[in-house]
Amino acid sequence: MTNRDSLKIAVASGKGGTGKTTVATALALSLAEDTSKPILFLDCDVEAPNAHLFLKPQFREEKPVEILIPEVNEELCTYCGKCAEVCQFQAIAVLSQRVLVFPQLCHGCGSCTMICPTNAIHETPKTIGVLQKGTAGEIEFARGVMDIGEPMAVPIIRQLKKWVAPLKPKITIVDSPPGTSCPVVESIRGSDFLLLVTEPTPFGLHDLKLAYQVAKELQIPAGVVINRENGVYEELDEFCAQVNLPVLMRIPFQRVIAEGIAKGENLLNILPEMSEDFQNTMDVIKTLVKKGK
Amino acid sequence: MKNLVILSGKGGTGKTSITAAFANLAKNGNPPIKTVLADADVDAANLELVIKPKRVASHEFIGGEIAVINPDTCIRCGICEQICRFDAILPPDSTRAAYQVDPIACDGCAACVYQCPEGAIQMQPQKAGYWYHSSSPFGDLFHADLIPAQENSGKLVTIVKQNGRLQALDSGASLLIVDGPPGIGCPVISAVAGADLGVIVTEPTPAGAHDLERALQTVQHFRIPALVIINKADLNPDMTQAIKDASKERNVDVIGEIPFDPLITTAMKQGQDIITYQPNSPASQVIQTIWKKIIIRLSLSGEEL
Repeated sequence: MTNRDSLKIAVASGKGGTGKTTVATALALSLAEDTSKPILFLDCDVEAPNAHLFLKPQFREEKPVEILIPEVNEELCTYCGKCAEVCQFQAIAVLSQRVLVFPQLCHGCGSCTMICPTNAIHETPKTIGVLQKGTAGEIEFARGVMDIGEPMAVPIIRQLKKWVAPLKPKITIVDSPPGTSCPVVESIRGSDFLLLVTEPTPFGLHDLKLAYQVAKELQIPAGVVINRENGVYEELDEFCAQVNLPVLMRIPFQRVIAEGIAKGENLLNILPEMSEDFQNTMDVIKTLVKKGK
Repeated sequence: MKNLVILSGKGGTGKTSITAAFANLAKNGNPPIKTVLADADVDAANLELVIKPKRVASHEFIGGEIAVINPDTCIRCGICEQICRFDAILPPDSTRAAYQVDPIACDGCAACVYQCPEGAIQMQPQKAGYWYHSSSPFGDLFHADLIPAQENSGKLVTIVKQNGRLQALDSGASLLIVDGPPGIGCPVISAVAGADLGVIVTEPTPAGAHDLERALQTVQHFRIPALVIINKADLNPDMTQAIKDASKERNVDVIGEIPFDPLITTAMKQGQDIITYQPNSPASQVIQTIWKKIIIRLSLSGEEL
């Protein structure tokens, strides 16, 4: 990233359910207390978006996410089979007197349309999800929601990021999906810092190692939040020390937090004193980002 | 042979801990049910950590292909950049003399390969991970590691599941249990395909309830019968009731409410499933009742209704 005064922080985890959304929303709320710096919250977990449950935004704008899928005019089609030959996703099949399109498999790349020698293919939009934008108090909030039965999250995340680009916020908080594959990569690409939320269990540690690999692969500086800490789990701290991954925050295991979250309260409502911890964490992140440049 | 898939929508609700407990109950039930296990959460595969299998065989997984531009034959016409819908082509600048593909943004569609007038672009297969056949105390396990930041996890899920299925058929197993990934997208669809029953594990939180709804819609979209388990049910009794009401409206049975039991985490830290670790713990007892209902539903209990 070149010289600019904006900061984009992605919250990710590898393992699901470690508290990504809890941490991301609490971070956004603690920063929103300083109203001079506009904040954008981006919920990129388009398969299971949950941040709205804690930030309770009012949506004012909506836009469908469409990909272009081929439609074949069989009057012009010579059944040469070129389209099926170039399609990498088996989304179009040519029989002797018929062409079949499988919209669920289509990535919308346009290759078949471009290759068709008789211009028999044109493209029609197919909706695969929706983008929504609004405000939650001082926070600008945007998210994508994937339609049920659709397989591809990446185009929704990609269009969500493009849609909000003109907002030019000072600080962006990205709530990423779990896992380590393409939707995660698309969500966190272009971020200045990766906040990895983990829990002190073998599952948490195993998946933190994978998430750390993603950070390394994308060359994004990263730090760790240990959530639900309950006694010592040495292996986790050992790993962080070993790969030089700073532990920025430790959130203790408390039943009152679990019950509060279960009631739909955000972390800062349950433990208001944590706001300062998040602001301090933010200061450390800024220092780490500067150092990395 | 029956195919049971465990799902959740929201991550971290306890899918894998419950799957491991089911595997134990299947093996040690009366009568025992010969089972093959498949860990379909290839992004973050954890079942291995609680059932401690021995590896029998490892295989490389070649995922999708990505485009590579030959800088020597590229004439810098820019057609590839114009036609790429994934913003994956980087134009020449001070650091590169020719156009170049951003391997992370590349979708592997190969449109540029066919449109390049000079034939300067080729597709290159990517090693995207490994899949394994292992042997565990509860039966054969098929699982995988996706190399972090690689794509095609849906394809890898299909490989893991298909091989589990073949092993089950070959070895005369009567059940395949698939531990599914979170979410509702391509890896979930791959995990759900062909299942006889989907069991969705949720928790009584707004996020758990919200994602349960989306998971149920997904399973029903593919016409798979579904059952619901509420884990950590006593964390919020009102929400547990709301989930039960909503499930009833969808005609889906809630077959058990597992209490919030820190022993499940303690067991995991010991590398054990909860049934092995504390067979009489509150959670273990509920899970045993749930398992009985599942095998009756799958007609595997020997005492069909």
